[in-house]
Amino acid sequence: MASITIRDVTKSYAKMQVVHGVDLDIATGEFVVILGPSGCGKSTLLRMIAGLEDISGGTIAIDGTVVNKLEPRERGCAMVFQNYALYPHMSVAQNIGYSLKVSGVPAAERTQRIQAVARTLELEHLLDRKPMALSGGQRQRVAMGRAMIREPKVFLFDEPLSNLDAKLRVQMRSEIRKLHRRLAATSVFVTHDQVEAMTLADKLVVMNGGRVEQVGTPAEVYSRPASRFVATFVGAPAMNMLEGTVTLDGLSLLGDSRKLNVSRTGLPVGSKVAVGIRPEAVRLVAPGTPAALEATVDLVEELGAGRVVYVDLDGAPFSVVTSETVHPVPGSAVGLQFAETDLHFFSSETGARLDVFKASVPEPVF
Amino acid sequence: MVERTPFLNFFTHVILFVGFVFCIAPFVVVIIAASHNLKDVNDVPMSLLPGNDFWLNIKTAWTTADLGPKLLNSFIMAAGVAAGKVIISALTAFSIVYFRYPGRTFIFWLIFVTLMLPLEVRIVPTYAVVANVLSPYQTILDITGLTWLIEKVSGVQVSLSLGLLNSYTGLILPLIATATGTFLYRQFFLTVPDELTEAARMDGAGPLRFFIDILLPLSRNNMAALGTIMFLWAWNQYLWPLLITTDQSHATAVTELKQLIPNVGGIPEWNIAMAGTLIVMLPPLIVVVAMQRWFVRGLIATEK
Repeated sequence: MASITIRDVTKSYAKMQVVHGVDLDIATGEFVVILGPSGCGKSTLLRMIAGLEDISGGTIAIDGTVVNKLEPRERGCAMVFQNYALYPHMSVAQNIGYSLKVSGVPAAERTQRIQAVARTLELEHLLDRKPMALSGGQRQRVAMGRAMIREPKVFLFDEPLSNLDAKLRVQMRSEIRKLHRRLAATSVFVTHDQVEAMTLADKLVVMNGGRVEQVGTPAEVYSRPASRFVATFVGAPAMNMLEGTVTLDGLSLLGDSRKLNVSRTGLPVGSKVAVGIRPEAVRLVAPGTPAALEATVDLVEELGAGRVVYVDLDGAPFSVVTSETVHPVPGSAVGLQFAETDLHFFSSETGARLDVFKASVPEPVF
Repeated sequence: MVERTPFLNFFTHVILFVGFVFCIAPFVVVIIAASHNLKDVNDVPMSLLPGNDFWLNIKTAWTTADLGPKLLNSFIMAAGVAAGKVIISALTAFSIVYFRYPGRTFIFWLIFVTLMLPLEVRIVPTYAVVANVLSPYQTILDITGLTWLIEKVSGVQVSLSLGLLNSYTGLILPLIATATGTFLYRQFFLTVPDELTEAARMDGAGPLRFFIDILLPLSRNNMAALGTIMFLWAWNQYLWPLLITTDQSHATAVTELKQLIPNVGGIPEWNIAMAGTLIVMLPPLIVVVAMQRWFVRGLIATEK
């Protein structure tokens, strides 16, 4: 078991800097998910922890020992790769047991440990097969077994589920979660899939452009996104963003075409803000309802349990998730209603979250 | 694109068949000539119906040219060259693909340049070196005046000498270095996914361990392909064995074929010569047939 301390870590390739000063603390036994779009440096960060990439600046310490100069095998990490990276010429048993063979564990003990791991992952009947004769999910499990057998201090996952089909992904997700609960090993999991991130993480790290945007529990990140990027990246469909200006009595949105009466935000009058509202927080009401924004329905996506309604708000796209049994027809007018506590304010310039309504009592509907 | 048109099918088969006939015809003529007696083989035109003396001719060729030991020599040489090339090129390619060190590019180009320096071009210096492997060092000592110095001080005349003429080592070693093999391996190593290398590193395997446990088993097909090609190439070598084996004991089968070719004014025993050719041709043929499956896979390897 181990904690990981990352201090001001940077990574540059020739002239390009891809990771800009990342600080991160990972506690013993914690399941940390690093979430971000492709090219945000999340995999690079993971590979630096593993020792597969050199660290250009800063330090990474595992259990208090700085590991910058240590070889991967000396760091006590095990990694599950995106493409599984199974040795194609070895059987499942040989694949799982290879690290033990390298470290000179006697054959008898090796067989025993391979059996134990295979039992955990329900791979016993496949031990003699070659990776080529396995399905995607089975290969994934072999890759996990290969990581597990070393009883590592840290598990590293590099988008391990992205090559699986949707159903299998959900299944493996819960298996990884269960496995973590049983082994309680420190785990770092990299993904670009936010559902995966939300469901797996004890602690969620959102990265963008080589920087950490926010660290927090999935619920915190969802309910209080620290920046405009996090707000639009976490949650599906994405949070609606409306550009606006703070006025004396509230907000004017979308180039003054819409007015919104809100309590005093505490922001200086005239400051430019982006106002975010989650599609789940919006209610569809009859057009003409007082204090509701009026819009035209563009498109309705049926999800079975509910539906996503895309509306046109003076040319700005806006989505609403509703589970009510309303069936808006494309082209018809609807009213959009929401609580002002569900509004998120971000600076138009920096994208940083603005704290508003500090003194105000949450007032539900307006 | 796959098209199914009966006419094109027929036409392509005709072309294939013509090509096949062109390839096989000389071979058939050799077999027929090897079965004639002395009179029939010298008829003009030679009868294309096989004669009855095939086994007799084979036997005569075998004893005249003393092919038994010569085939063994050839086999040792060809197998040695093939094995040496496979090992050396795997190691050099491993170094070039998997390690970053100063001068790597330079070494790569150095190997590349040897493509332009086949044995025939460098045969004189190569012969000089093989005749006395230590001669370059002797030269260095001579030029720097060390020989003179040592002689003055100790009274001993330095004369380094290690000859490899008329030895298997001399036959094999100069033919081993190969750029082609290095490139074949390099191309293959470049297709091995990086993740596999990384997985091995995470599993704690060092470079040599990775090479032996992962890379070599994966390049089995390449080894077979390279081994086969190089075996054939070494078997067919003529100039080098001819030059270096002044003694009959180390002559190879291919150079000994010359013994069977009738001299001007001698008895035109072409039937015996053809029979000898057939014998010498046989071992490479067996190797190709035996290795064919691996060989083809090695060259078109897109195994997943």
